[in-house]
Amino acid sequence: MALLSKKDANLILDPLADNNPITIQVLGICSALAITAELKASVVMAISVIFVMGIGNVVISLMRNIMPSKIRIIVQLVVIAALVIVVDQVLKAYAYDLSKTLSVFVGLIITNCIIMGRFEAFALGNGIWRSFLDGIGNALGYGVILIMVGFFRELLGSGTLFGIPVLGDPIAKTGLYSIGYENNGFMIIPPAALIVVGVIIWVQRSRNRALIEEA
Amino acid sequence: MGLKEKMHKQKLKYQGKKMAPAFNAFHTFLFTPNETTHSGGHIRVADDLKRTMNTVILALVPCLLFGIFNTGYQHYSAINGFPENFSLLEHFITWDNFILGAVTVLPLVIVSYGVGLLVEFIFAVIKGHEVEEGYLVTGMLVPLIVPVDTPLWMLAVAVVFGVVIGKEVFGGTGMNILNPALTIRAFLFFAYPTWMSGDKVWVHGAVERAGTADAISGETILGYLAQGNTQEMYAKYDLSEMFFGFIPGSVGETSAFLILLGGLFLIFAKIASWRIMLSAVLGSLAMGLIFNAVVDFGWIPEYSKFYGLMSFDFWKHLIVGGLAFGIVYMATDPVTGSQTNRGKWIYGFLIGFLSVMIRVFNPGYPEGVFLAILLMNVFAPTIDHYVVRGNVKRRLKRLKNATILPDRVDGTAAELKAETV
Repeated sequence: MALLSKKDANLILDPLADNNPITIQVLGICSALAITAELKASVVMAISVIFVMGIGNVVISLMRNIMPSKIRIIVQLVVIAALVIVVDQVLKAYAYDLSKTLSVFVGLIITNCIIMGRFEAFALGNGIWRSFLDGIGNALGYGVILIMVGFFRELLGSGTLFGIPVLGDPIAKTGLYSIGYENNGFMIIPPAALIVVGVIIWVQRSRNRALIEEA
Repeated sequence: MGLKEKMHKQKLKYQGKKMAPAFNAFHTFLFTPNETTHSGGHIRVADDLKRTMNTVILALVPCLLFGIFNTGYQHYSAINGFPENFSLLEHFITWDNFILGAVTVLPLVIVSYGVGLLVEFIFAVIKGHEVEEGYLVTGMLVPLIVPVDTPLWMLAVAVVFGVVIGKEVFGGTGMNILNPALTIRAFLFFAYPTWMSGDKVWVHGAVERAGTADAISGETILGYLAQGNTQEMYAKYDLSEMFFGFIPGSVGETSAFLILLGGLFLIFAKIASWRIMLSAVLGSLAMGLIFNAVVDFGWIPEYSKFYGLMSFDFWKHLIVGGLAFGIVYMATDPVTGSQTNRGKWIYGFLIGFLSVMIRVFNPGYPEGVFLAILLMNVFAPTIDHYVVRGNVKRRLKRLKNATILPDRVDGTAAELKAETV
């Protein structure tokens, strides 16, 4: 027997491709632009969002029947804020440099529209297990794009991956740099992320034409 | 059988095939197709998009030739010292200058056209439409607006980026929001700033020689001013050198004189909009005057880092740097500029105004024409929108105030059909 029923598996698989929060729903773009200059930061951000969304969706799903709908947005914000503070403190304790790099953007997970969106659209109307899967799935879909963007931006912009030089040393002129290659400074600045995300959207939609909206 | 008939025959063979667009591009570039329409009357004019593009290229050729000679002249002068009594034939139009210029500038042209047209062909074949002519002018503009020693692979990367992201993603020629040549320039500027600014890139060979005993440098006039070295600049270059273009700079942008001639030619041929050119000149003069006034009133101390550029006489901004080139060949791009006549005035004025403003305040790089034009490219549709809206409003108001005379026998007014846009 499969680990998950087909319906449940789709909760995780859908957001990875055909219903991706970034490339299809175009949510959470802000952080995708801001922190993806380095792969490491992208991975940490992805993990943080997976944590917040997985647990957050479960908590909201648990409270969905006792929560007055008039104040549900505030309740959701409190839940996210609490989880984000946990993430922030853990990062500060165990990965101080990274938390410096991510700076305000860990805190800004609170305003990531994907999280509120899933709380509203899914967790308020579904059971705990399915909400958990949905949260993990959407956060993974977000994380996958973040890591893809981070990969290209760090590789082309700094010539490194996870801070390790892979194209040679730009100062000592070894590897690719010995034949005149240079890092692309454009990839470091946030607008480049917008273009990389745009190209990903372009590729995805030309591979699956069903995703193209009617004009 | 001449080449013409051969190509007409060949076309039938390619019809409906995947490579048809690629073949048709060559075919129609050389000859008018031999097809005739079978239904209705059609009027065809000779100046289609390809002829329009060719006219602009024609206007660019003097700048290219001058750029080739100037490359050699700047290089040899930087090594051997500038000639005391400059004579055009003796020091400028020489074989040495031409050969050195040709081997450094022509590769830029070849890479620009080769890579750019390759991308266009690939997209035409994938999408199955005709190859568009838009790249003909862009391909010529690009080598003229980059420093002479730009590595060719950088240029190739930038051209791919500019054509794909700047043009093809929007649907190709005629659909682009940003001027592709300037997109390429901006990409180079942000991606490889060390090759696009400073005092080493404007003279051929300066980058290689940096740090050796043979080091040479060629600071641009704006570069001198941005560092406050106004006296040194005037000691090295006089006004006529600035105007005729015997100064360091990007390949084809230095000669304001030839650009002026090119601009007049484009206006005469009715290719480029004189409204945009004139208003851009006025805009830059206006901003220059404002800066001059700030200096004259003593509002800015002499040690300020903006003083050099701000105190530069307002009209001289037009003859140094890329401002003239940008105004004549880039701002007038009919696709990315404003379409309405009133819009063209606003669009052009703001380009000139912002160019000089960015030039003075840009901390990293004393030039801003390409940024100003790209910015206004983005705003051009907005300007047009409000011009059209204003027009509609004015006409509606006129309609409301109009007295409608009875034209029927029983004295009732005829129903008026408002035609607004």
